[in-house]
Parts: sequence; C-alpha cells; structure tokens
Amino acid sequence: MSSHALPGTGRRRFVTIGFRVGTYLSLLMIMGPVVWLLAGIVVRAVPHFSWSVLTHPTTGESGGLENAIIGTLLLMAGVLVLAGGIGILAGLHLAEYAKPRKNGKESGSLLRIASDVLSGFPSIVLGYVGYVALVLGLHWNFSLLAAWIILSVMVIPYIAKSTETALRQVPTAYREGAEALGMPPGYALRKVTLKTAAPGIVTGLLLALAIAGGETAPLIYTAGAFADSPVSMSLTHHPVPYLTFLVYGFYTLPENASHYLAYDAGLVLVVLVLVLLVAARLVVNRTQKHSEARRG
Amino acid sequence: MMAQVMRRARVARRITDGFRQIEGGVWQGAARVAVLLPLAALLFAVTILVIKARPAIIVNGWGFFTRSGFDLGRSYATTVNHIHGVAVPLGASYGAGSLIIGTLESSAIAVIIALPISIGAAFALTERMPRWVSQPLGFFIELLAGVPSVLFGLWGILTLGPWLAQHVYPTIANNMPNVPVLNFFRGSAGHGEGLLTTGLVLALMIVPIITATTRDLFSQVPPLPKEGGEALGMTDWEVARRVTLPWVRSGIIGATVLGLGRAIGETIAVAMVSGSLLASVAPNAYGTFGTLAAAIVTQLDSASTDGTGFAVSTLAELGLILAVISVAVNLAARLVIKRSARLGAPVGRAA
Repeated sequence: MSSHALPGTGRRRFVTIGFRVGTYLSLLMIMGPVVWLLAGIVVRAVPHFSWSVLTHPTTGESGGLENAIIGTLLLMAGVLVLAGGIGILAGLHLAEYAKPRKNGKESGSLLRIASDVLSGFPSIVLGYVGYVALVLGLHWNFSLLAAWIILSVMVIPYIAKSTETALRQVPTAYREGAEALGMPPGYALRKVTLKTAAPGIVTGLLLALAIAGGETAPLIYTAGAFADSPVSMSLTHHPVPYLTFLVYGFYTLPENASHYLAYDAGLVLVVLVLVLLVAARLVVNRTQKHSEARRG
Repeated sequence: MMAQVMRRARVARRITDGFRQIEGGVWQGAARVAVLLPLAALLFAVTILVIKARPAIIVNGWGFFTRSGFDLGRSYATTVNHIHGVAVPLGASYGAGSLIIGTLESSAIAVIIALPISIGAAFALTERMPRWVSQPLGFFIELLAGVPSVLFGLWGILTLGPWLAQHVYPTIANNMPNVPVLNFFRGSAGHGEGLLTTGLVLALMIVPIITATTRDLFSQVPPLPKEGGEALGMTDWEVARRVTLPWVRSGIIGATVLGLGRAIGETIAVAMVSGSLLASVAPNAYGTFGTLAAAIVTQLDSASTDGTGFAVSTLAELGLILAVISVAVNLAARLVIKRSARLGAPVGRAA
C-alpha cells in the first residue's frame, strides 16, 4: 500500500502511466498511417508496374511516364539553379551582412519578415499570380519559365532560411582564424565560411527540391495540365508534363490503364523523394563524422 | 625562357590576388540584390492580386463573405450587366461564405488532432527511446514531410476515406450523444470524402512539421532542470508538464501555427478528399464541403469560359482572402513567439 502513503499518490501514478502509454500511442498513431500510406502507394502500383513505363511517353490517357519524369527533373533543375542561387545569396545576406544596428535591434528584420510571410503564402495563390501575370499577362502561355519562377518564389524563403542557419553555425574561431591569416574577406567567406556551411546548405537545397518536385497546385496554373505533351526545351509557349499532374488528373479517368499510370507516377514520386531525403541525410551524417574527427 | 614563365606566373598570381581582394564586394553586392527578391516577389504578388480582384471586390461587396455559391451566370449570352462600371455576365452571383467556413473547419480539425499526437510522439522519441530506435523513426517522420501532397490526396480518397466510412464513421455516427457540438458527429456517415477525412489527412500532413520542431526543442532543454524536478520526486508527467513544456512553449506554438498555415493553404489534397463543394458547408462531420484553396484550383477551367473575366477576378478575390488569412496567422505566430519568449521564460533560462 506504499503507493497510497501520500494523498493523491494513486492518482499521480495513474496519470503518469497514462502519460507514458499516451506518448507511445501517439507515436503509433503517426507511424501506422505513414506505413499505411507508403505501403498503399507501393501496393497499388507494383502489380501493374513494368519498366517500359519509364521509357515510354504518355499518349492520350495511357502509355508511360517518360515525358513526365523528364519534365519533373527539368522543373527541379531550373529550381535548383534559380532558387538555389538566389536563396543561398539571400541567406548569406541575412547571416553575414545584416549586422546589428546601433540601437541593438537586428537589421534586416523587414527582409526577414518578408521572407517568412512569403514562406507562409499559399502556393495556389502564387500559382494564380503566375497564371495572371506570366501565363496570360506576358503571353508566355503555360511554360517552363513560368513554372520555374513560381516554384522558385515558393522555395527561396526555405533555402534562405536553411542557408542562414547553416552559416550561423560556423564557429567564430574559423572566421577569426581566416582573418588572422590575412585572407581577404570575400576569399575567406568562400574558402572558409561557405565551405564549412556547405553541408547544411546542400541539405536545405535537397529538401527544397523535394518540395518543388512534389508540388501540384501552382504547377497546374503555370506549367499547365497536359499530361501527354512532349517535353520541349523552349522556355515559353510549351506546357510542361510532370508527375504530380498524372496522379491528380488520371485517377478519376474512366480507363483502368489511366489509373495504373497514376499509381505508377505516385510510386516514382515516392522513390524520388526518398532518394533526395536519403541523400540529404547522408550529407548530414558525413559532415557530423567529419567535424568530430576534426575536433578530436 | 624561364624568366618568361616566371613573369607569366607572377601576372597570373596578381590577377587572382586582385580578384580575391574585390571578391568580398561581389559577394556582398549579389547578396544584397538577392535578399530583396523575396520582398519584391511578395509585393508583386499582392499587387497583382489586388488589381485583379478589384472588379470582383466592387461588385461582390461585403455580401461575398456571407453569401455562398458560385453562379457564373449566362457567360455565353451576348448581353452583360454593368455594375459600378464592371462587366458582369447576367445572373452571375458569387459568395465565399461556405468556403471560408470550410477552410477554417478543416484546418481547425487538423490542428486539434495533430497537436497532441505530435507532442506525445516527440516525448516518446526524445525521452523514452535509445538513439538507434528514435533516429530511424525520426527519419520516417521526415519522409512523411517530403511526401507530395497529391499522394496524401490519393491515399485519402482511395484508401483511408472508404475504410473510415465503412468501419469507423457509422459507429461514431450512431453512438454520439445528441448534445450540442457532439451532435455534429451524428447523421449520415457518408462515403469517405468529406470534412473529417480531410481533417485527418491534413493532420497527417502537418504532424511532421510539429513533431520535428517539438523533438528538436525537447532535446535542447538542458538536463539539469529536468533532473532537479525528478530529484524533488516529480513523476515524468509532472516534469514534462512543469519543466519541459513551459520551456519550449513558444516554439511549439510557432510550429503549430506554421502547421495551421499549411493546412489553410493546402490545395490539391483537399481538392481530392473534400468533395470540392462550392455552395454549402458540411451538414455534419462526414459531409462534403469546400475550401478557398481547393476552389481556386478546381474552378480555373470554368472561370476562363467567362468572357467578361469576372469569374477569374472573383478567383483573385478568393486568393486575396486566403492570403490575408495565411499571412495573419503567420504574423500572429511571430507575435506569440516574441511575447511568450519574453514573459514565459522559466527561471534560469539562458537569455
């Protein structure tokens, strides 16, 4: 009866056990659906999957995924260059050049707020703006360039944030060491600061690519909604096929062949995201080892 | 010969040295331009939205918020109405009331479900498990964050929804007491697409955001206060409630509001799972409905058939409302984080 030695002790034990069970239950309630979701996509796709799906383009409402895969990779490549360049430079400014003001307030706060607000801006609204301003306004029609710009605007705040965080984690001793060796500031920035922060920046880029490759709604407004269009390298006037639209547009079509193509596209998307995330994880792990070896 | 090579090397050396000297200026200049681009993009987007939405705002008036329904009017008719100088097809009538309510309802359900589960899971991951268990599980949750939303939609409409409608919803619907609030869960259990299914799918989509942030926050709480609590005889629930949670409260609120923002703006998954109604709110928790974001993406095709452009303008007004709600939520989160960081700092917390 020791548990009743103090008033309320029994209740406390009960609450504590409830808490412990609750935490495991919560984890289970997340893991269960995750496994269900991923398994559901794989199980739907695998029975009808054949490798030829990857090498044939979509024709009409069936066929393969070749053009959509190339289109998605093309979209991601453009985002990597455009959003990667701008986002990294923006993060660089926030971390290195936006020095505290004399009154102690951090400068660049307006820019930071703008970046935050933009990251919370609904992607469909950005897509609509792209449709009105770029697709119709500039007469680009549904096109690669319109999609690149809107996707980039979406992920730039994200890349800027991860770059800023990575740069802020560079030890001050490294910068001081570079300065003490007489390195010019810009050279030190490239050779010491950016090089040390590179893994964090690359991780942010890979995750941003995963976001861009998995986006649907803003692309319907900018890249178009034509699954069987061929991939064209021209920047304007040609709609871009992409994987997520195959899922969204084909699962409601009447033919079974269309459904299977939608499921296959889902499988390819999952594999794509998995590759990007594993790559990001490997980058992080590798540098953790690296930095420990250095310190040890 | 040798002297010439040496001289060339010296010249090359001087050029790289010179570049290294001015390199800093190049970096700084490029960074300054780049950091202005998000601000410029934001201003551009808002300007375009306001310009595009202006005719719709003038014609639709305040009633837009309370009315429901999308009637394009006779868009093929040759005669058009002119209301306040804006060309509107005869019989066109728009209202966003049900869409606003649907947006708020579905995202509220998502947050109410996701928040406790995420905090519980973060506790399990940080406090109860060895690293070799919690790390792969954490990676799994990160993977969830990367799954494209269209796949959440596909799973929700083909797998989760029908299963719930067959095995879970009827039981709840038949056994809920007929009292206010809870009677929302009574009535027809539907076919799987609808408010509760959408809320659940959205919850699963925002769980990674809240869990990952909360987990990182928990692991940053220094061990001494927690050990002090245990030394005073506190149970782990009491340590969690009185030490750990207050310590990271503002961070959790911030992550939750970020999740709320994502749920409000989520488009494609909601368009697939909600039923995408335009004119009415869900009669009960299992009924179909619509949201602002889903309406924008599903109505583009039909809106472009309106030769006066009024339908596309109304979509801009929907976008503007959605953007205002999202931005307000975002800014509120910043305010909360700032205030609670100032007021709620536990004793001994590093500044």
